[in-house]
Amino acid sequence: MAPIGVDEWVARSGEKREQAGRLRRLGERLNSRVGWWPRLAALAIVGLVYGQLGLNLNFQTVGFNSVLYAILALGLNIAVGWAGLLDLGYIAFFGFGAYGYALFSSHAFGNLVALQGGIHLSIVAIIPIVLVGAGIVGVLIGLVALRLQGDYLAIVTLFVGQAFVEIVNNVDPTVFGGNNGLYGLDPWHGLGGRIGTLNGYYYAALVILIMLMAGLHLLDNSRTGRAWRALRDDPLAAEVMTVPVNRLKVMAFSFGAIVAALAGIVFAAQQRSVFPTNFQSSVLILIYACLVLGGVGGIAGAVLGGVTVTVVEAMLSSPTDSSYLFYGLILLAMVARVRPWRHLALMLGAIVGFGLALRAIVGAISHAAIAGPPGSVGWIGTVMRHFVIVPTGSITYGNILFAALVVALIAIVQLRGIWRQVAIVPTVYAAACCWESRLIVDTGVTAQIVLGAILVVMMAARPHGLLGTRRVEVV
Amino acid sequence: MQIFIQTLVTGLVTGCLYALIALGYSMVYGVLKLLNFAHGDLYMVGAFVGYYMIQWFGGSSALVIPAWLVIIFMLTLAAVAVGGLGVAIERFAYRPLRDAPRIAPLITALGISFILEDSVLLLFGGYVRSYNSQNFISYSTALHVDGVNIGAVQIMIVALSVVMMAGLFLLVNRTLFGKSMRAVASDREAAEMLGIDVNHTIALTFFIGSAMAGVAGVMSGLANEPISNYIGFLAGLKAFTAAVVGGIGSIPGAMIGGLAIGLFESFSSSYVSSQYSDLIVFAILIVTMLTRPQGVFGQPPLQKV
Repeated sequence: MAPIGVDEWVARSGEKREQAGRLRRLGERLNSRVGWWPRLAALAIVGLVYGQLGLNLNFQTVGFNSVLYAILALGLNIAVGWAGLLDLGYIAFFGFGAYGYALFSSHAFGNLVALQGGIHLSIVAIIPIVLVGAGIVGVLIGLVALRLQGDYLAIVTLFVGQAFVEIVNNVDPTVFGGNNGLYGLDPWHGLGGRIGTLNGYYYAALVILIMLMAGLHLLDNSRTGRAWRALRDDPLAAEVMTVPVNRLKVMAFSFGAIVAALAGIVFAAQQRSVFPTNFQSSVLILIYACLVLGGVGGIAGAVLGGVTVTVVEAMLSSPTDSSYLFYGLILLAMVARVRPWRHLALMLGAIVGFGLALRAIVGAISHAAIAGPPGSVGWIGTVMRHFVIVPTGSITYGNILFAALVVALIAIVQLRGIWRQVAIVPTVYAAACCWESRLIVDTGVTAQIVLGAILVVMMAARPHGLLGTRRVEVV
Repeated sequence: MQIFIQTLVTGLVTGCLYALIALGYSMVYGVLKLLNFAHGDLYMVGAFVGYYMIQWFGGSSALVIPAWLVIIFMLTLAAVAVGGLGVAIERFAYRPLRDAPRIAPLITALGISFILEDSVLLLFGGYVRSYNSQNFISYSTALHVDGVNIGAVQIMIVALSVVMMAGLFLLVNRTLFGKSMRAVASDREAAEMLGIDVNHTIALTFFIGSAMAGVAGVMSGLANEPISNYIGFLAGLKAFTAAVVGGIGSIPGAMIGGLAIGLFESFSSSYVSSQYSDLIVFAILIVTMLTRPQGVFGQPPLQKV
């Protein structure tokens, strides 16, 4: 029973925290001892060291994208996390920044076909121009948004984002390049220098990220930050307390727009091109995934989310790493959910035994049914070769298995007690077979499915994100 | 005049399809206050169910049983399968999040949409299909109005949509289930206290909404719209526009909104510019939202203090 005056939900989450293990308590003590600045400095050092490692291009891309998505998530956090405005048109500002940079540093105003003429400004001039432009557009959309509340705001902003893609796609292809986008952009140049390498842009983005985090931390603890939170928790009460609700909403939109536009400038310059498809709603979903995974409302959460999503995406697109991730996630889910430990050991043993037995039986009936090579490479592939059932020519088999797997997962949610634990054994084995025979073959498609599944499971397990705290919503 | 009638018919047909999808959006929003972004993908799944039914019965040009029987099978199976899928999604993904912050189910819906689109891509491949319905539905049995041919499929789509919408209207307004659905929509907790089985009602609402999206998918296939795993997104977006313009949560609003969006789209693409027809639809939405945020038929939300 919750004490009087405390919401049941808060009480329950408090209880859970008290039950936390020794490790978590240690983490919390560390958390309260170390201040904000040392942590930011530590992050900066980690970032710099990562850039100095001289890693190959893949790792550099992951590093750059992590920082870029962290910046984007931070910007989104201003409107969504702090001011509580569900902004689904955020991607338009990212696109605005990218196209803004592209227009002033390419042949857009000259001849796109012959790649001649156009405006080529230095970065010192472009950044202020584009950011001021983004700020003004943010204010305009914010003013429009004042009329709308809650879900209606989400709806209108969603269509603002869609309209942006339609506009750059259709309006005047001789300037915006239509479907083909704008390419051959200048690299960042100005003050006598230029940035030409991926690592260079990584450092530039890192500097922006660190400065942004410091600025946002100060903003969060300022009068404005507190007013935003008041607005988010209860707009009506905030208004009654003479918080200038309208001005704060417009400010939140505008600040978010500026941050997104800045990310767009870095993105366009690094890619040296912009296409309408870069700003589709699937990218918006990724940014939301960063923010929500990390925990809405926190600076560290947004950065953690940006890094996590980028790393997961990069891992999923490589056959070796995606196997690590897949089996790792299954193992992690079992370790986290199955208690006590001996049940877990029993279950893992049962899975291995079940798999080997079933494989032996199937192999005795027909050798061709187990003759196919597993999709994984490396040591996982070697292990799986002796464990999973993969027939040769396994597309149809894999498809059927995939459908069966979905049904089995739904069934497991419905089952209770011992039956659930029994049902998990063949399901995990089927998942391994399905992964080896079908899922890993189409990495691109599988990446999307796994990403979707991670989002769904994550939301069910921790709706407040990895670093977020539970918050009671006043509806 | 010919162009006008042709445009009108096209607009009515697409409008009916949008209306059927929009109804599901609206009903789900009504009971759960959830923008179910995965709803458009259910429509896509329905189209695929129909396509594989045709293949099952021997392919579009060599059906082994009469065409009308195939169409009935297709519609029934799509309704049942997609309806079941909708119920499963609700049970599996949305129910654990009933009391979570508003953003969580939204993200889940987007995740489900990823999963559906890419699972279909994985299972069936990415190429664009067509029902080729001209092979088994005779196009000569059609109405001729002022020199314009109105195909049997188009008549069937409009007629069936009208029947379904009328049925839904009666279901919501005249039956006990409809009453409990409206009760859950207006206040879930109060409905629960009055002994209404909320979970059951929500599941049934999902079933009906999803089934209608599935039927809409089959009908769009019969009208020889291209079928691929990505059709759900844009159709869902348009239907969503329809639901919002009509007033989200309102059932007659979704019907009228769907027809209006379909007509606007076809008239703007044949009289203004086909390039900008999507943009025009979005502009209508934004203007409607700004002048009448609750939509044409919606009730303004009550603010509880």
